[in-house]
Amino acid sequence: MGRLKPLMVRQPRIFWRKNYIFALAFALLLALPFIFTAHFQHHVMIKVLMFTFLGCAWNIIGGYTGQVALGHAAFFGIGAYTSSLCYIWFGLNPWFGMFLGGILAVAVSAVINYPCFRLHGRYFAIATLALGMIIRLLFTNWRLVGGALGVRLPLLPESLWNFQFHTTKLPYYYIALVLCALIFAILYKIERSKLGFYLRAIKESEEAARSLGIDVAKYKLVAMSISVFFTAMAGTLYAQYILYIDPISLMPLMTSILICVVPVLGGAGTLWGPALGAPILLIAIEYSRAWLGGGGRGIDYMIVGAIMVAIIFRPGGLTSFFQGPRFRQWWRRIRG
Amino acid sequence: MSELFIQVVIEGLLWGAIYALVAVGLSLIWGVMGILNLAHGDFLMLGMFGAYWLAILLGIDPLIGLLIVTPAMFILGLGIYKSLITRIVKAPRLTALLATFGLGIFLRNLAHFLWRADYRMLGDTLVGDRVITVSILGGTNFISVPKLLAAGGSLAATALLYWFIKRTKTGRALQATAMNRQSAALMGIDTERMYMLAYSLGIACVGVAGTLLTNFFIIFPEVGIMFVLFALVAVTIGGFGSIHGALIGGLIIGLIESVGGFVGIPALKQALVFAVFVIVVVLRPRGLFGWAD
Repeated sequence: MGRLKPLMVRQPRIFWRKNYIFALAFALLLALPFIFTAHFQHHVMIKVLMFTFLGCAWNIIGGYTGQVALGHAAFFGIGAYTSSLCYIWFGLNPWFGMFLGGILAVAVSAVINYPCFRLHGRYFAIATLALGMIIRLLFTNWRLVGGALGVRLPLLPESLWNFQFHTTKLPYYYIALVLCALIFAILYKIERSKLGFYLRAIKESEEAARSLGIDVAKYKLVAMSISVFFTAMAGTLYAQYILYIDPISLMPLMTSILICVVPVLGGAGTLWGPALGAPILLIAIEYSRAWLGGGGRGIDYMIVGAIMVAIIFRPGGLTSFFQGPRFRQWWRRIRG
Repeated sequence: MSELFIQVVIEGLLWGAIYALVAVGLSLIWGVMGILNLAHGDFLMLGMFGAYWLAILLGIDPLIGLLIVTPAMFILGLGIYKSLITRIVKAPRLTALLATFGLGIFLRNLAHFLWRADYRMLGDTLVGDRVITVSILGGTNFISVPKLLAAGGSLAATALLYWFIKRTKTGRALQATAMNRQSAALMGIDTERMYMLAYSLGIACVGVAGTLLTNFFIIFPEVGIMFVLFALVAVTIGGFGSIHGALIGGLIIGLIESVGGFVGIPALKQALVFAVFVIVVVLRPRGLFGWAD
């Protein structure tokens, strides 16, 4: 049984109390594509933002609530498929498809994940992993949605409304940035709301949370729903960016793992965790792929594997470096 | 129909026995140390490659290679335990889970790096691809000798392990450590050594399974992932920590896979296994023979 920490009293003091840091970071990120101008650099930046977004989404269920879900790639895929197929079949604009995908993901997750909420720790992790595998196998063998061949999105003239850009990657970058800002704002709110305290109470001890009158299953469902909704939104972004989706590249186990490792590396259950984890992981992956040549050589994922093992030396993730008393002292001195 | 069905059942049981050996190692490690060794399948892959390279480079048949690969995997297990697993055991749950997974990912991609992603197959081995014909219930059925050998070897290894744990003094010490580490330590058992032994034995199990698999199965870096997932399912059905549970779980998985593929849609037989897993884990998380979590 986990020890119940007094949640209200001893909130970890996050040192970014003042919002100007947000503004500064946002301004820097706005300017970043003009500092690094190569196509590949833009691609890496988009990937980083996308995984920051996915990591934040995972953080709600995996970090704050402490329920380690390892099947999020399936919901990522559901989002991508929904918006793409709705466009191809019904001509529905991908921006609406994005929300529809989110809603569908929430519905699917409510049905399949709800029974798993009774499970604890590793059992929950493995059950979600298995459910993710099932969904991927279903998509791979489902003729109607293109099966293993996947779906190719029709090319349209580039515009924000069409959610397609061919000459430059910049709009995708800014869309991803806006999405990240959105989820940061939402997480910031959740952290300070009743919901946030409920979720952290569930993480600390389910029994204690229940004894305080928290409906554990309900709040797990709420956390999971918010989480998969945003995960599916990122799926649409991915589909519109790549313009081709298939179950093998969209929903591999590795994507589920990466979605989980990004926030855990940064610090699970912290606002800034995913933003720290994603650049490190994604830059390492993309650049090792580009420099050392070819996906088949496996160096990219060797790095990921090594990082995953290395987390045991610092279970709190990278943000825990910034939460020690020494750092806080130093920060206070700088701020004057 | 019945002839075909019996064939399907035979196939399922043969595969089930192989899954069982992988699962037994996983279950042993879980039972004693309380960690989920998600790198298990990738050790299986290393065992397969070990047997493969022994056959290709030195001309040692996998049947003889068994005597080299198994101890080598045991020693590899020792090394990995000493360098990493001691720390993983002490880490919080989530990070421990991710760390063993990360170890697996690392090994898998190391294999990609060293040996490429090509599918390999061992050509002429001692057993070759011989088939024996048996008649069950009047029909004629075929049993592939390498598969039979792998299944038989798996069962023998499982039996040996079972005997070791139940009947020898060291095995009893292992059991005691699994039940309660502190009490075992108070009884004078070197629990650290027991952990090491459990981990290495678990890895040696997949060494046996991997070597026997090379006689008839394709070898490639990603081969382990499906095995470890199936082994996880088998262990869950049998109950975490239980050796005979893992054996029975493995056989059940083999049967579900082959009979399910025969009756239903073959492409979805793996999904069926996972579905059974989710149902079992939700209805009875401790499995058929497991201790309470």
